[in-house]
Amino acid sequence: MSVARFWRKIPQRYNLIGTRCTTCGRYFFPPRSFCPDCRRAGNIVDYRFAGTGTVVTYTIIRTASEQFEQMTPYVLAIVAFDEGPRTTCQIVCTPGEARIGMRVKPVFRKIGADGESGVIYYGTKYAPAD
Amino acid sequence: MREVAVIGAGCTTFGEKWDTSFRHLFVEAGILALEDAGLAGEQIDALYVGNMSAGRFIEQEHIGALIADYAGLASHHIPATRVEAACASGGLSFRQAVIAVASGMEDIVVAAGVEKMTDVASGISVDTLTGAADREWEGFVGATFPGLYAMIATDYMNRYPLTREQLGLVAVKNHFNGARNPIAQYQQEITLDTVLKSSLVADPLRLFDCSPITDGAAAVILAPLERAREFTDTPVRVLASAQASDTITLHDRRDISTLDATVIAAQRAFSMAGLTTADIDLVEVHDCFTIAEICAIEDLGFCRKGEAGRLTEEGVTALNGDIPVNTSGGLKACGHPVGATGIKQVFEIVQQLRGEAGRRQIDGAEIGMTHNVGGTGASVAVHILGV
Repeated sequence: MSVARFWRKIPQRYNLIGTRCTTCGRYFFPPRSFCPDCRRAGNIVDYRFAGTGTVVTYTIIRTASEQFEQMTPYVLAIVAFDEGPRTTCQIVCTPGEARIGMRVKPVFRKIGADGESGVIYYGTKYAPAD
Repeated sequence: MREVAVIGAGCTTFGEKWDTSFRHLFVEAGILALEDAGLAGEQIDALYVGNMSAGRFIEQEHIGALIADYAGLASHHIPATRVEAACASGGLSFRQAVIAVASGMEDIVVAAGVEKMTDVASGISVDTLTGAADREWEGFVGATFPGLYAMIATDYMNRYPLTREQLGLVAVKNHFNGARNPIAQYQQEITLDTVLKSSLVADPLRLFDCSPITDGAAAVILAPLERAREFTDTPVRVLASAQASDTITLHDRRDISTLDATVIAAQRAFSMAGLTTADIDLVEVHDCFTIAEICAIEDLGFCRKGEAGRLTEEGVTALNGDIPVNTSGGLKACGHPVGATGIKQVFEIVQQLRGEAGRRQIDGAEIGMTHNVGGTGASVAVHILGV
Protein backbone atom coordinates (compact mmCIF):
# COMPACT_ATOMS: atom_id res chain seq x y z
CA MET A 1 0.00 0.00 0.00
CA SER A 2 1.39 3.42 -0.94
CA VAL A 3 2.23 5.95 1.79
CA ALA A 4 -0.43 8.39 0.56
CA ARG A 5 -3.09 5.68 0.51
CA PHE A 6 -2.39 4.82 4.16
CA TRP A 7 -1.81 8.43 5.26
CA ARG A 8 -5.21 9.70 4.11
CA LYS A 9 -6.96 7.02 6.21
CA ILE A 10 -5.07 7.90 9.43
CA PRO A 11 -7.99 9.83 11.03
CA GLN A 12 -10.22 6.78 10.61
CA ARG A 13 -7.66 4.11 11.49
CA TYR A 14 -6.14 5.87 14.54
CA ASN A 15 -9.04 7.92 15.94
CA LEU A 16 -12.19 6.25 14.54
CA ILE A 17 -13.35 9.39 12.75
CA GLY A 18 -16.46 8.46 10.81
CA THR A 19 -19.40 10.51 9.64
CA ARG A 20 -23.02 11.17 10.54
CA CYS A 21 -25.95 12.40 8.46
CA THR A 22 -27.62 15.28 10.32
CA THR A 23 -30.75 14.91 8.15
CA CYS A 24 -31.61 11.36 9.31
CA GLY A 25 -29.20 10.88 12.21
CA ARG A 26 -27.55 7.75 10.77
CA TYR A 27 -23.89 7.08 11.64
CA PHE A 28 -21.26 5.79 9.19
CA PHE A 29 -18.03 3.96 9.91
CA PRO A 30 -16.01 3.79 7.74
CA PRO A 31 -17.09 7.30 6.72
CA ARG A 32 -19.44 7.81 3.80
CA SER A 33 -19.60 11.16 2.00
CA PHE A 34 -23.10 10.39 0.67
CA CYS A 35 -26.05 9.18 2.78
CA PRO A 36 -27.67 6.12 1.12
CA ASP A 37 -31.03 6.96 2.75
CA CYS A 38 -31.28 10.75 2.29
CA ARG A 39 -29.15 10.83 -0.85
CA ARG A 40 -28.68 14.45 -2.00
CA ALA A 41 -30.93 15.71 0.82
CA GLY A 42 -28.43 14.36 3.33
CA ASN A 43 -25.92 16.48 5.24
CA ILE A 44 -22.73 14.69 6.22
CA VAL A 45 -20.54 15.83 9.14
CA ASP A 46 -17.55 14.20 10.88
CA TYR A 47 -18.22 12.13 13.99
CA ARG A 48 -15.70 10.54 16.35
CA PHE A 49 -16.80 7.08 17.45
CA ALA A 50 -16.21 5.91 21.02
CA GLY A 51 -15.19 2.51 19.63
CA THR A 52 -17.03 0.55 22.29
CA GLY A 53 -19.27 -2.16 20.97
CA THR A 54 -20.36 -5.79 20.85
CA VAL A 55 -19.06 -8.79 18.87
CA VAL A 56 -21.70 -9.83 16.30
CA THR A 57 -19.78 -12.80 14.84
CA TYR A 58 -16.18 -13.99 14.73
CA THR A 59 -13.71 -16.57 13.47
CA ILE A 60 -10.17 -17.64 14.26
CA ILE A 61 -7.90 -17.17 11.24
CA ARG A 62 -5.48 -20.12 10.96
CA THR A 63 -4.42 -19.59 7.32
CA ALA A 64 -3.78 -15.96 6.42
CA SER A 65 -2.61 -13.96 3.44
CA GLU A 66 1.14 -13.40 3.18
CA GLN A 67 1.17 -10.21 5.26
CA PHE A 68 -0.59 -11.78 8.24
CA GLU A 69 0.94 -15.27 8.14
CA GLN A 70 3.18 -14.69 11.17
CA MET A 71 0.25 -13.54 13.35
CA THR A 72 -1.86 -16.71 13.07
CA PRO A 73 -3.93 -17.78 14.86
CA TYR A 74 -5.78 -14.50 15.39
CA VAL A 75 -9.37 -13.59 16.14
CA LEU A 76 -11.24 -11.75 13.38
CA ALA A 77 -14.66 -10.33 14.20
CA ILE A 78 -17.50 -8.09 13.14
CA VAL A 79 -18.14 -5.58 15.92
CA ALA A 80 -21.27 -3.41 16.18
CA PHE A 81 -20.42 0.02 17.60
CA ASP A 82 -22.83 1.35 20.21
CA GLU A 83 -23.83 4.05 17.68
CA GLY A 84 -24.94 1.37 15.19
CA PRO A 85 -22.37 0.87 12.39
CA ARG A 86 -20.48 -2.39 12.16
CA THR A 87 -16.79 -2.89 11.40
CA THR A 88 -14.51 -5.85 10.63
CA CYS A 89 -11.54 -5.99 13.00
CA GLN A 90 -9.15 -8.11 15.02
CA ILE A 91 -9.89 -8.86 18.67
CA VAL A 92 -6.90 -8.88 21.01
CA CYS A 93 -7.70 -12.02 23.01
CA THR A 94 -6.91 -15.73 22.97
CA PRO A 95 -8.89 -17.81 20.44
CA GLY A 96 -10.77 -19.51 23.27
CA GLU A 97 -11.97 -16.22 24.77
CA ALA A 98 -13.87 -14.98 21.72
CA ARG A 99 -17.64 -15.20 21.89
CA ILE A 100 -20.72 -13.59 20.33
CA GLY A 101 -22.04 -10.74 22.48
CA MET A 102 -18.62 -9.97 24.01
CA ARG A 103 -18.19 -6.27 24.89
CA VAL A 104 -15.06 -4.69 23.40
CA LYS A 105 -13.14 -1.40 23.52
CA PRO A 106 -10.62 0.03 21.02
CA VAL A 107 -6.84 -0.37 21.43
CA PHE A 108 -4.12 1.19 19.23
CA ARG A 109 -2.00 -1.53 17.64
CA LYS A 110 0.35 -2.34 14.79
CA ILE A 111 -1.73 -3.91 12.01
CA GLY A 112 0.97 -4.91 9.53
CA ALA A 113 4.01 -3.83 7.54
CA ASP A 114 5.25 -3.75 3.95
CA GLY A 115 8.11 -6.22 4.39
CA GLU A 116 11.10 -5.60 6.68
CA SER A 117 11.99 -2.08 5.53
CA GLY A 118 8.58 -0.83 4.30
CA VAL A 119 5.86 1.28 5.87
CA ILE A 120 4.46 0.03 9.21
CA TYR A 121 0.67 0.21 9.36
CA TYR A 122 -0.95 1.12 12.65
CA GLY A 123 -4.62 1.14 13.43
CA THR A 124 -7.31 0.02 15.84
CA LYS A 125 -7.88 -3.45 17.19
CA TYR A 126 -10.37 -4.25 19.94
CA ALA A 127 -9.90 -5.79 23.38
CA PRO A 128 -12.40 -7.40 25.77
CA ALA A 129 -13.97 -4.56 27.80
CA ASP A 130 -15.22 -6.50 30.80
CA MET B 1 -36.65 -8.55 -26.70
CA ARG B 2 -35.67 -11.75 -28.54
CA GLU B 3 -35.58 -15.19 -26.97
CA VAL B 4 -32.04 -16.53 -26.57
CA ALA B 5 -30.64 -20.07 -26.76
CA VAL B 6 -27.35 -21.77 -25.95
CA ILE B 7 -26.24 -23.56 -29.13
CA GLY B 8 -22.86 -24.85 -27.98
CA ALA B 9 -20.82 -25.31 -24.82
CA GLY B 10 -17.26 -26.34 -23.98
CA CYS B 11 -15.07 -26.57 -20.92
CA THR B 12 -11.46 -27.53 -20.21
CA THR B 13 -10.71 -30.00 -17.47
CA PHE B 14 -10.28 -28.12 -14.17
CA GLY B 15 -7.18 -28.48 -12.00
CA GLU B 16 -3.62 -27.35 -11.38
CA LYS B 17 -2.64 -27.11 -15.02
CA TRP B 18 1.05 -26.28 -14.82
CA ASP B 19 1.66 -27.03 -18.50
CA THR B 20 -1.09 -24.80 -19.89
CA SER B 21 -1.07 -20.99 -20.08
CA PHE B 22 -3.95 -18.57 -19.63
CA ARG B 23 -4.42 -17.97 -23.36
CA HIS B 24 -4.24 -21.65 -24.28
CA LEU B 25 -6.82 -22.54 -21.62
CA PHE B 26 -9.21 -20.09 -23.22
CA VAL B 27 -8.55 -21.29 -26.78
CA GLU B 28 -9.16 -24.91 -25.72
CA ALA B 29 -12.56 -24.07 -24.19
CA GLY B 30 -13.50 -21.89 -27.17
CA ILE B 31 -12.70 -24.61 -29.71
CA LEU B 32 -14.72 -27.16 -27.73
CA ALA B 33 -17.72 -24.80 -27.73
CA LEU B 34 -17.41 -24.03 -31.46
CA GLU B 35 -17.14 -27.72 -32.34
CA ASP B 36 -20.16 -28.42 -30.17
CA ALA B 37 -22.16 -25.78 -32.04
CA GLY B 38 -20.81 -26.84 -35.44
CA LEU B 39 -19.83 -23.23 -35.98
CA ALA B 40 -16.93 -21.53 -37.76
CA GLY B 41 -15.04 -18.73 -36.03
CA GLU B 42 -15.97 -16.25 -38.79
CA GLN B 43 -19.61 -16.53 -37.75
CA ILE B 44 -18.98 -15.05 -34.29
CA ASP B 45 -20.30 -11.50 -33.88
CA ALA B 46 -19.06 -10.68 -30.39
CA LEU B 47 -17.21 -12.09 -27.39
CA TYR B 48 -17.59 -11.56 -23.64
CA VAL B 49 -15.09 -13.02 -21.19
CA GLY B 50 -15.39 -13.21 -17.42
CA ASN B 51 -12.08 -12.89 -15.62
CA MET B 52 -11.47 -11.77 -12.05
CA SER B 53 -7.83 -10.93 -11.75
CA ALA B 54 -5.44 -11.76 -14.56
CA GLY B 55 -3.69 -8.55 -13.49
CA ARG B 56 -2.67 -10.12 -10.16
CA PHE B 57 -2.51 -13.78 -11.19
CA ILE B 58 -0.50 -13.43 -14.43
CA GLU B 59 0.18 -9.66 -14.57
CA GLN B 60 -1.85 -9.35 -17.75
CA GLU B 61 -4.68 -6.90 -18.43
CA HIS B 62 -6.57 -6.20 -21.67
CA ILE B 63 -7.96 -9.73 -21.64
CA GLY B 64 -10.73 -9.16 -24.19
CA ALA B 65 -8.31 -8.30 -26.97
CA LEU B 66 -5.76 -10.97 -25.98
CA ILE B 67 -8.39 -13.66 -26.14
CA ALA B 68 -9.93 -12.49 -29.42
CA ASP B 69 -6.41 -12.47 -30.87
CA TYR B 70 -5.46 -15.98 -29.74
CA ALA B 71 -8.88 -17.29 -30.75
CA GLY B 72 -7.91 -16.24 -34.28
CA LEU B 73 -10.43 -13.44 -34.42
CA ALA B 74 -8.14 -10.39 -34.42
CA SER B 75 -8.46 -10.07 -38.20
CA HIS B 76 -12.27 -10.08 -37.88
CA HIS B 77 -12.11 -7.16 -35.42
CA ILE B 78 -15.10 -8.39 -33.40
CA PRO B 79 -16.00 -6.56 -30.20
CA ALA B 80 -14.32 -8.44 -27.31
CA THR B 81 -15.18 -7.32 -23.79
CA ARG B 82 -13.87 -8.38 -20.39
CA VAL B 83 -16.43 -8.53 -17.57
CA GLU B 84 -15.33 -8.43 -13.93
CA ALA B 85 -17.33 -9.07 -10.75
CA ALA B 86 -14.85 -11.15 -8.72
CA CYS B 87 -16.07 -14.79 -8.54
CA ALA B 88 -19.28 -13.81 -10.39
CA SER B 89 -17.36 -12.61 -13.47
CA GLY B 90 -18.47 -15.67 -15.47
CA GLY B 91 -22.14 -15.27 -14.54
CA LEU B 92 -22.07 -11.61 -15.49
CA SER B 93 -20.26 -12.39 -18.75
CA PHE B 94 -23.06 -14.83 -19.63
CA ARG B 95 -25.67 -12.21 -18.76
CA GLN B 96 -23.98 -9.55 -20.93
CA ALA B 97 -23.95 -11.99 -23.86
CA VAL B 98 -27.64 -12.81 -23.29
CA ILE B 99 -28.47 -9.09 -23.29
CA ALA B 100 -26.48 -8.57 -26.51
CA VAL B 101 -28.42 -11.28 -28.34
CA ALA B 102 -31.82 -10.49 -26.75
CA SER B 103 -31.51 -6.84 -27.77
CA GLY B 104 -31.00 -7.72 -31.41
CA MET B 105 -27.62 -5.97 -31.43
CA GLU B 106 -25.67 -9.19 -32.08
CA ASP B 107 -26.62 -12.69 -33.31
CA ILE B 108 -23.86 -15.19 -32.52
CA VAL B 109 -22.13 -14.32 -29.24
CA VAL B 110 -19.54 -16.20 -27.18
CA ALA B 111 -19.79 -15.98 -23.38
CA ALA B 112 -16.65 -17.28 -21.76
CA GLY B 113 -14.76 -17.31 -18.49
CA VAL B 114 -11.14 -18.04 -17.70
CA GLU B 115 -8.80 -17.94 -14.72
CA LYS B 116 -5.18 -19.05 -14.33
CA MET B 117 -4.56 -19.10 -10.58
CA THR B 118 -1.58 -21.40 -9.98
CA ASP B 119 1.18 -19.19 -11.39
CA VAL B 120 1.48 -17.36 -8.03
CA ALA B 121 2.28 -18.63 -4.52
CA SER B 122 -0.71 -19.44 -2.31
CA GLY B 123 -0.16 -16.40 -0.03
CA ILE B 124 -0.51 -14.15 -3.08
CA SER B 125 -3.59 -15.96 -4.38
CA VAL B 126 -5.24 -15.65 -0.94
CA ASP B 127 -4.47 -11.91 -0.99
CA THR B 128 -5.68 -11.51 -4.58
CA LEU B 129 -9.00 -13.16 -3.74
CA THR B 130 -9.32 -10.82 -0.75
CA GLY B 131 -9.64 -8.06 -3.35
CA ALA B 132 -13.20 -9.31 -3.93
CA ALA B 133 -13.99 -7.96 -0.46
CA ASP B 134 -13.34 -4.40 0.77
CA ARG B 135 -9.55 -3.98 0.68
CA GLU B 136 -9.54 -0.91 2.98
CA TRP B 137 -11.91 -2.18 5.68
CA GLU B 138 -11.83 -5.97 5.49
CA GLY B 139 -8.56 -7.05 3.86
CA PHE B 140 -6.47 -4.38 5.60
CA VAL B 141 -7.28 -5.68 9.09
CA GLY B 142 -6.52 -9.32 8.24
CA ALA B 143 -9.77 -10.69 6.79
CA THR B 144 -9.44 -13.54 4.29
CA PHE B 145 -12.18 -15.05 2.14
CA PRO B 146 -12.44 -18.23 4.22
CA GLY B 147 -12.46 -15.91 7.27
CA LEU B 148 -15.42 -13.89 6.01
CA TYR B 149 -17.45 -17.00 5.14
CA ALA B 150 -16.41 -18.49 8.51
CA MET B 151 -18.02 -15.46 10.18
CA ILE B 152 -21.20 -16.22 8.21
CA ALA B 153 -20.98 -19.82 9.50
CA THR B 154 -20.48 -18.69 13.12
CA ASP B 155 -23.49 -16.37 12.89
CA TYR B 156 -25.61 -19.01 11.12
CA MET B 157 -24.79 -21.80 13.58
CA ASN B 158 -25.55 -19.48 16.50
CA ARG B 159 -29.04 -18.82 15.15
CA TYR B 160 -30.13 -21.95 13.28
CA PRO B 161 -29.92 -25.70 13.92
CA LEU B 162 -26.98 -26.56 11.64
CA THR B 163 -24.51 -29.17 12.89
CA ARG B 164 -20.83 -29.39 12.01
CA GLU B 165 -21.59 -32.82 10.50
CA GLN B 166 -24.34 -31.45 8.23
CA LEU B 167 -21.92 -28.79 6.97
CA GLY B 168 -19.37 -31.51 6.20
CA LEU B 169 -21.97 -33.52 4.29
CA VAL B 170 -22.14 -30.72 1.70
CA ALA B 171 -18.50 -31.46 0.80
CA VAL B 172 -19.07 -35.23 0.87
CA LYS B 173 -22.02 -34.87 -1.55
CA ASN B 174 -20.12 -32.56 -3.90
CA HIS B 175 -17.09 -34.89 -4.01
CA PHE B 176 -19.46 -37.79 -4.80
CA ASN B 177 -20.74 -35.78 -7.79
CA GLY B 178 -17.26 -34.61 -8.79
CA ALA B 179 -16.13 -38.24 -8.92
CA ARG B 180 -18.70 -38.68 -11.71
CA ASN B 181 -17.60 -35.62 -13.70
CA PRO B 182 -14.67 -36.05 -16.10
CA ILE B 183 -13.71 -32.34 -15.97
CA ALA B 184 -13.66 -32.14 -12.15
CA GLN B 185 -10.47 -31.19 -10.31
CA TYR B 186 -11.15 -33.80 -7.60
CA GLN B 187 -12.52 -37.13 -8.77
CA GLN B 188 -12.34 -38.90 -5.43
CA GLU B 189 -15.23 -39.57 -3.09
CA ILE B 190 -14.53 -38.56 0.50
CA THR B 191 -16.00 -39.50 3.87
CA LEU B 192 -17.35 -37.19 6.54
CA ASP B 193 -14.34 -38.17 8.62
CA THR B 194 -12.02 -36.67 5.98
CA VAL B 195 -13.79 -33.31 6.28
CA LEU B 196 -13.93 -33.30 10.07
CA LYS B 197 -10.27 -34.29 10.47
CA SER B 198 -8.91 -31.81 7.89
CA SER B 199 -7.00 -28.81 9.22
CA LEU B 200 -8.83 -25.71 10.44
CA VAL B 201 -8.58 -22.76 8.03
CA ALA B 202 -10.91 -20.30 9.80
CA ASP B 203 -13.09 -21.73 12.56
CA PRO B 204 -15.46 -23.47 12.08
CA LEU B 205 -14.38 -24.00 8.43
CA ARG B 206 -11.81 -26.68 7.67
CA LEU B 207 -9.77 -27.31 4.53
CA PHE B 208 -12.44 -29.63 3.08
CA ASP B 209 -15.09 -26.93 3.55
CA CYS B 210 -13.21 -24.74 1.06
CA SER B 211 -13.15 -24.69 -2.74
CA PRO B 212 -9.65 -25.03 -4.19
CA ILE B 213 -7.32 -22.87 -6.29
CA THR B 214 -7.94 -23.92 -9.89
CA ASP B 215 -6.96 -23.25 -13.50
CA GLY B 216 -9.67 -23.58 -16.12
CA ALA B 217 -11.80 -22.04 -18.82
CA ALA B 218 -15.32 -22.50 -20.15
CA ALA B 219 -17.22 -21.09 -23.12
CA VAL B 220 -20.79 -21.19 -24.38
CA ILE B 221 -22.25 -19.86 -27.61
CA LEU B 222 -25.53 -17.97 -27.76
CA ALA B 223 -27.86 -17.29 -30.66
CA PRO B 224 -31.39 -15.97 -31.11
CA LEU B 225 -33.80 -18.86 -30.51
CA GLU B 226 -35.29 -18.46 -34.01
CA ARG B 227 -31.87 -19.22 -35.53
CA ALA B 228 -30.77 -21.89 -33.03
CA ARG B 229 -31.82 -24.87 -35.16
CA GLU B 230 -29.46 -23.78 -37.93
CA PHE B 231 -26.70 -24.98 -35.60
CA THR B 232 -28.05 -27.63 -33.25
CA ASP B 233 -30.90 -30.09 -32.75
CA THR B 234 -30.76 -29.53 -29.00
CA PRO B 235 -30.88 -25.78 -28.27
CA VAL B 236 -31.14 -24.87 -24.59
CA ARG B 237 -33.31 -21.83 -23.98
CA VAL B 238 -32.35 -19.03 -21.61
CA LEU B 239 -35.59 -18.62 -19.65
CA ALA B 240 -34.33 -15.95 -17.25
CA SER B 241 -31.27 -13.81 -16.62
CA ALA B 242 -31.10 -11.84 -13.38
CA GLN B 243 -28.46 -9.98 -11.42
CA ALA B 244 -28.40 -8.13 -8.10
CA SER B 245 -25.90 -6.28 -5.93
CA ASP B 246 -25.44 -5.56 -2.21
CA THR B 247 -22.94 -3.86 0.11
CA ILE B 248 -19.31 -4.70 -0.64
CA THR B 249 -18.56 -5.49 3.02
CA LEU B 250 -20.10 -8.38 4.92
CA HIS B 251 -20.43 -6.23 8.07
CA ASP B 252 -22.79 -3.75 6.34
CA ARG B 253 -25.33 -6.42 5.31
CA ARG B 254 -28.88 -6.38 6.66
CA ASP B 255 -28.38 -9.97 7.86
CA ILE B 256 -24.96 -11.67 8.04
CA SER B 257 -26.38 -15.12 7.17
CA THR B 258 -28.67 -14.11 4.29
CA LEU B 259 -27.34 -13.07 0.89
CA ASP B 260 -30.02 -10.54 -0.01
CA ALA B 261 -28.56 -10.24 -3.52
CA THR B 262 -29.27 -13.97 -3.99
CA VAL B 263 -32.82 -13.56 -2.67
CA ILE B 264 -33.52 -10.63 -5.02
CA ALA B 265 -31.80 -12.12 -8.10
CA ALA B 266 -33.76 -15.37 -7.63
CA GLN B 267 -37.06 -13.50 -7.28
CA ARG B 268 -36.30 -11.55 -10.46
CA ALA B 269 -35.35 -14.73 -12.32
CA PHE B 270 -38.46 -16.66 -11.26
CA SER B 271 -40.62 -13.68 -12.18
CA MET B 272 -38.97 -13.32 -15.62
CA ALA B 273 -39.38 -17.04 -16.39
CA GLY B 274 -42.86 -17.32 -14.87
CA LEU B 275 -41.66 -20.28 -12.80
CA THR B 276 -41.29 -21.30 -9.15
CA THR B 277 -38.78 -23.43 -7.26
CA ALA B 278 -41.07 -26.43 -7.82
CA ASP B 279 -40.32 -26.22 -11.57
CA ILE B 280 -36.53 -26.47 -11.15
CA ASP B 281 -35.10 -29.96 -11.77
CA LEU B 282 -31.52 -29.18 -10.68
CA VAL B 283 -29.42 -26.22 -9.59
CA GLU B 284 -25.74 -25.30 -9.68
CA VAL B 285 -25.08 -23.05 -6.67
CA HIS B 286 -22.00 -21.07 -5.64
CA ASP B 287 -20.48 -23.32 -2.95
CA CYS B 288 -17.13 -21.52 -2.56
CA PHE B 289 -17.45 -22.82 1.03
CA THR B 290 -19.83 -25.44 2.43
CA ILE B 291 -21.73 -22.76 4.39
CA ALA B 292 -22.28 -20.90 1.09
CA GLU B 293 -24.21 -23.86 -0.36
CA ILE B 294 -26.39 -24.01 2.78
CA CYS B 295 -27.21 -20.29 2.48
CA ALA B 296 -27.74 -20.52 -1.30
CA ILE B 297 -30.32 -23.33 -1.10
CA GLU B 298 -32.33 -21.23 1.36
CA ASP B 299 -31.83 -17.80 -0.20
CA LEU B 300 -32.83 -19.09 -3.66
CA GLY B 301 -36.09 -20.19 -2.05
CA PHE B 302 -35.81 -24.00 -2.07
CA CYS B 303 -36.49 -24.15 1.70
CA ARG B 304 -36.89 -21.88 4.70
CA LYS B 305 -33.94 -20.37 6.57
CA GLY B 306 -32.36 -22.93 8.86
CA GLU B 307 -33.55 -26.02 6.96
CA ALA B 308 -30.80 -26.63 4.35
CA GLY B 309 -28.54 -28.58 6.72
CA ARG B 310 -31.30 -31.08 7.44
CA LEU B 311 -32.19 -31.33 3.72
CA THR B 312 -28.54 -32.08 2.94
CA GLU B 313 -28.38 -34.76 5.63
CA GLU B 314 -31.61 -36.34 4.32
CA GLY B 315 -30.20 -36.53 0.78
CA VAL B 316 -32.72 -34.12 -0.76
CA THR B 317 -29.87 -32.28 -2.55
CA ALA B 318 -28.07 -35.46 -3.68
CA LEU B 319 -28.01 -36.77 -7.28
CA ASN B 320 -31.05 -38.96 -6.56
CA GLY B 321 -32.78 -36.38 -4.35
CA ASP B 322 -35.78 -34.14 -5.01
CA ILE B 323 -33.63 -31.13 -5.90
CA PRO B 324 -30.11 -32.15 -6.92
CA VAL B 325 -27.62 -29.38 -6.05
CA ASN B 326 -24.21 -29.08 -7.74
CA THR B 327 -24.30 -32.18 -9.93
CA SER B 328 -20.97 -31.01 -11.43
CA GLY B 329 -19.31 -31.37 -8.03
CA GLY B 330 -19.74 -27.66 -7.44
CA LEU B 331 -16.90 -25.28 -6.75
CA LYS B 332 -15.78 -27.64 -3.99
CA ALA B 333 -14.97 -30.72 -6.08
CA CYS B 334 -15.17 -29.59 -9.73
CA GLY B 335 -12.87 -26.67 -8.85
CA HIS B 336 -13.17 -22.89 -8.82
CA PRO B 337 -11.20 -21.00 -11.48
CA VAL B 338 -13.01 -17.86 -10.34
CA GLY B 339 -13.76 -16.15 -13.66
CA ALA B 340 -14.72 -19.43 -15.35
CA THR B 341 -17.05 -20.79 -12.67
CA GLY B 342 -20.22 -18.99 -13.79
CA ILE B 343 -19.82 -20.33 -17.34
CA LYS B 344 -18.98 -23.84 -16.11
CA GLN B 345 -22.29 -23.81 -14.22
CA VAL B 346 -24.11 -23.09 -17.50
CA PHE B 347 -22.03 -25.81 -19.22
CA GLU B 348 -23.16 -28.33 -16.58
CA ILE B 349 -26.84 -27.41 -16.90
CA VAL B 350 -26.60 -27.61 -20.73
CA GLN B 351 -25.10 -31.12 -20.48
CA GLN B 352 -27.81 -32.21 -18.05
CA LEU B 353 -30.71 -30.80 -20.11
CA ARG B 354 -29.38 -32.51 -23.24
CA GLY B 355 -29.04 -35.80 -21.34
CA GLU B 356 -25.26 -35.88 -21.84
CA ALA B 357 -24.15 -35.91 -18.18
CA GLY B 358 -23.20 -39.59 -18.06
CA ARG B 359 -22.95 -41.13 -14.58
CA ARG B 360 -24.32 -38.00 -12.90
CA GLN B 361 -27.30 -37.56 -15.29
CA ILE B 362 -30.56 -36.40 -13.69
CA ASP B 363 -33.23 -38.37 -15.56
CA GLY B 364 -35.68 -36.23 -17.48
CA ALA B 365 -34.11 -32.91 -16.45
CA GLU B 366 -35.87 -30.12 -18.35
CA ILE B 367 -35.24 -26.96 -16.33
CA GLY B 368 -32.02 -26.01 -14.52
CA MET B 369 -30.76 -23.01 -12.60
CA THR B 370 -27.36 -21.42 -12.03
CA HIS B 371 -26.31 -19.20 -9.09
CA ASN B 372 -22.98 -17.36 -9.20
CA VAL B 373 -21.76 -15.10 -6.35
CA GLY B 374 -19.11 -12.38 -6.30
CA GLY B 375 -17.36 -11.67 -3.00
CA THR B 376 -19.43 -12.48 0.07
CA GLY B 377 -22.62 -11.63 -1.83
CA ALA B 378 -22.05 -8.15 -3.27
CA SER B 379 -22.81 -9.41 -6.81
CA VAL B 380 -25.08 -12.31 -7.72
CA ALA B 381 -26.14 -13.68 -11.11
CA VAL B 382 -28.99 -16.19 -11.42
CA HIS B 383 -29.99 -17.86 -14.69
CA ILE B 384 -32.74 -20.34 -15.55
CA LEU B 385 -32.29 -22.59 -18.59
CA GLY B 386 -34.77 -24.99 -20.15
CA VAL B 387 -35.44 -27.34 -23.06
